Amino acid sequence: MKFFITIVVTALLSLAACLYLPWYTIALAAAIVALVIPQKPWHAFGAGFIALFIAWAGLAAYISFKNEQVLAHKISLLILQVDSPFLLIFATGLIGGLVAGFAAIAASYIRYRPIIT
Amino acid sequence: MKVLPFLMYSTITVVLVFLLHTTKVLPAPLGKLLSPQHGVWQNAESADTDFSANLKFSNLKGKVDVYFDERLVPHVFAEQEQDVYFVQGYLHAKFRLWQMELQTFAAAGRAAEIIGAKAINHDREFRRLGMVYAAEISLKESEKDPLTKMACDAYTAGVNEYIKGLKDSQLPLEYKLIGYKPELWSNLKTALFLKYMSYDLAGYDDDFEMTNAKNYFSKSDFDLLYPLKQDSLNPIIPKGTIYSKPSIVPKAPEAVDSLYFNNKDVVAVNHIKPNKENGSNNWAVSGKKTKSGSPILCNDPHLGLNLPSLWYEMQLSTPTFNAYGATFPGAPSVIIGYNDSCAFGFTNGGRDVKDYYAIKFKDDNRKEYWFNNEWKKTDIRIETIKVKDSLALLDTVAYTVFGPVMFDKTFSGNKTNGTGCYALRWTAHDPSNELKIFTLLNRAKNYTDYSNAVTNLHTPGQNCVFACKNGDIAIRAQGNWPAKWQGQGDFIMPGTDSSYMWQGMIPMNEVPFQYNPERGYVSSANQKPTDSSYPYYLGRNYPVYRGLIVNKMLDTMQGITPQSMMAMQTSNYNVFAAEMMPLFLKNLTDSLMTGDEKIYFNILKNWNLYNEVDAKGASVFSMLWQRFYESVYDDEFTNAPKVILKPFVSTLADAILHDSAYKFLDNIQTTKKETLKDDLMIAFKNAVIHIKSLNFDRQVKTGLEWANYKGTSVNHLTKLAPFSRLNLPIGGGLHNINAATEDHGPSWRMVVSLTENTEAYGIYPGGQSGNPGSKYYDNFIDNWAAGKYYSLWMMKKTEATDKRVKWHITFNKA
Repeated sequence: MKFFITIVVTALLSLAACLYLPWYTIALAAAIVALVIPQKPWHAFGAGFIALFIAWAGLAAYISFKNEQVLAHKISLLILQVDSPFLLIFATGLIGGLVAGFAAIAASYIRYRPIIT
Repeated sequence: MKVLPFLMYSTITVVLVFLLHTTKVLPAPLGKLLSPQHGVWQNAESADTDFSANLKFSNLKGKVDVYFDERLVPHVFAEQEQDVYFVQGYLHAKFRLWQMELQTFAAAGRAAEIIGAKAINHDREFRRLGMVYAAEISLKESEKDPLTKMACDAYTAGVNEYIKGLKDSQLPLEYKLIGYKPELWSNLKTALFLKYMSYDLAGYDDDFEMTNAKNYFSKSDFDLLYPLKQDSLNPIIPKGTIYSKPSIVPKAPEAVDSLYFNNKDVVAVNHIKPNKENGSNNWAVSGKKTKSGSPILCNDPHLGLNLPSLWYEMQLSTPTFNAYGATFPGAPSVIIGYNDSCAFGFTNGGRDVKDYYAIKFKDDNRKEYWFNNEWKKTDIRIETIKVKDSLALLDTVAYTVFGPVMFDKTFSGNKTNGTGCYALRWTAHDPSNELKIFTLLNRAKNYTDYSNAVTNLHTPGQNCVFACKNGDIAIRAQGNWPAKWQGQGDFIMPGTDSSYMWQGMIPMNEVPFQYNPERGYVSSANQKPTDSSYPYYLGRNYPVYRGLIVNKMLDTMQGITPQSMMAMQTSNYNVFAAEMMPLFLKNLTDSLMTGDEKIYFNILKNWNLYNEVDAKGASVFSMLWQRFYESVYDDEFTNAPKVILKPFVSTLADAILHDSAYKFLDNIQTTKKETLKDDLMIAFKNAVIHIKSLNFDRQVKTGLEWANYKGTSVNHLTKLAPFSRLNLPIGGGLHNINAATEDHGPSWRMVVSLTENTEAYGIYPGGQSGNPGSKYYDNFIDNWAAGKYYSLWMMKKTEATDKRVKWHITFNKA
């Protein structure tokens, strides 16, 4: 449940921040959420990654669907050298996910408490 | 807290952001570009975008309504005249900002600011051409005219209001990909854009190539290779027209033979050149030749085929005028189009208005040069060329009485021998107000208004065609043309005194024109405007064949309809091949051919002379002609300087049609004396070898279709393939009315029938949006290639509820 909430909050905070701030504020958003909701490091990474992967790939897919994939065909050829809107959307999600994931895992170590059994 | 992993993962994050935000390591800032809220996804325009809006600006004087039809063509209705130009600027920027700015950067020699050091030579060339100097002079002259100034000021304000309201995420795609931002617009940028058109249309010269040719060949050979007369010419103003005595009779200097015509100094300069195929067709037929009894005007300017297109279609309507047609993103007014009374169009005049003078400097400082027996001071203009990711470069350009010294020891364009200094005399540097033509033509009601409008056109000189609802038709070979003595400026001229300078400009009342001629039509297709009875020297380099077929067709046509004009405008009949084929077939002997050669000979023989999309004969003919031209001339040019003019196509064609013993048919490298038959046979065999070597995607038999062989493409201005439309299925070609070549062709086809309710058709190879992420980016191209037209809608304000209106933007005073 905590994992799921983290994902949702990270995604929403990132999307809100990016309305006004540069794209890399997704790292800040993911880090803040990881600080506020403490989790095991790799859980934090997973939540940050999944949040931004879904947010970015989802938003890109929605935009591209409305655009009837006109631009995605061209940009995928330009950047990825293959005509694949799907791959471009995937790459978009991957980039957002990796940046947010690493920012989250870094932040998670600030509040890191080893579990003693 | 665990410090080490924290440090490690935060470093990874920072490095990742750095990689994805800059171009220091990766070629593109992928994070910035792919962020769905910032990057290119923001340019992926919804297929069902709603373009409607309510906008308020303090610079407006009244209300403006803009209705977009289903093709995204705006119909602009302004209560106040200046507001129509404000909104035109705003809409040009909204749909075409990147190209507008790029063109002015290129014109001003500022490309290196955007793309870096690789553009330095381009930038130096354009600075040295005096492009900014010319734009400044023209702006000063234009702003003297209140109407032009009002239009430019309002236009600039409109562009800038759009730029100011633009968020980074809404920047046109190309800014994001290249990584820069637009600067504010200015009237000077509009002037620069127009100078870019002057460069494109009146910037062609072959003075250096001609000089080298003159120096290399004997006088008699030169005259044969580059004749003054074109036998196959059918001029714009018909042969046999009587001209009045010229008011200027330019005299050649006394020593012209020894110092100029027979002077043998070899120069070697080769520089960026506008395309020679920048031609066009226009014609107007009078009511006595049309079915409706009203005149019809047609125009198709052939220019570089680019995306976003050079043209943007609009209707501009105010209480004082109402005009529709193709506009230039970058300038106010409708450029080629029609209003409620008349229609207007242009083809390029193509006369030589650009000459070079050899300058003798006192020393390398270039501060003084020898002129009329004394050392005269130059004006020094220091050009600062900013370079992306590098230091700015300063370039010193000396200005003489002739104009800027384009080539000197510091600038050879990497192509001269680096010793000669050559000043440029170009009419584009003279004061003129070209915008006035269009502001006045948009308002023109009759022939007098048309004449008063077009006589403002100085450079680039154009054949201006006109037709009016009252039945008038007219054409003027308009421009600021230097009155030259025969041969003046064909070669580089001595610049040490005033004797070789231009002695005056042809007075406006002696410019060739035709008004309601007996034959019932006027036409031009870039051919020489007159026959040799015109008292001024016109130079020698003009295309002849499109003019031939246009006049031949118009001579016989009767009961003309807009539909028959559209068919003519898209005609793929190859008149050049029609002239050549009988001679070719007569001289090609199939008994000397191998089996494969016979196959291609049959394709050629059975070809119907139309350059249709699937015509294999057109491809064979084209290759045969190229190989034939080489087999005739290559031997003479083997040892010639590399920078040299090759004879015109019409020179060889006229020669073999009229002289079976044409001197150059003989290959001077063999002992045998070759004839037309020999040269053609060699050419044919070489053509077949070439055909077989072609690497078509499919089997040769299906790859030889004309459109496939020719490969007409509409390229994005960056030449990026995904943003371009390559290898379009379109016929036509160089000597066809449908002059679609590799990257040039009919850039705006228009047919206007001036019946009581004007009936107009038009199309251009592009789309109204400049955004590669919009479905309106290239949606006209397929219909254009297929030779189809859109019906042009001169909307009335009362038709706001018409079902063709899809979106509505209101502009109000804030």
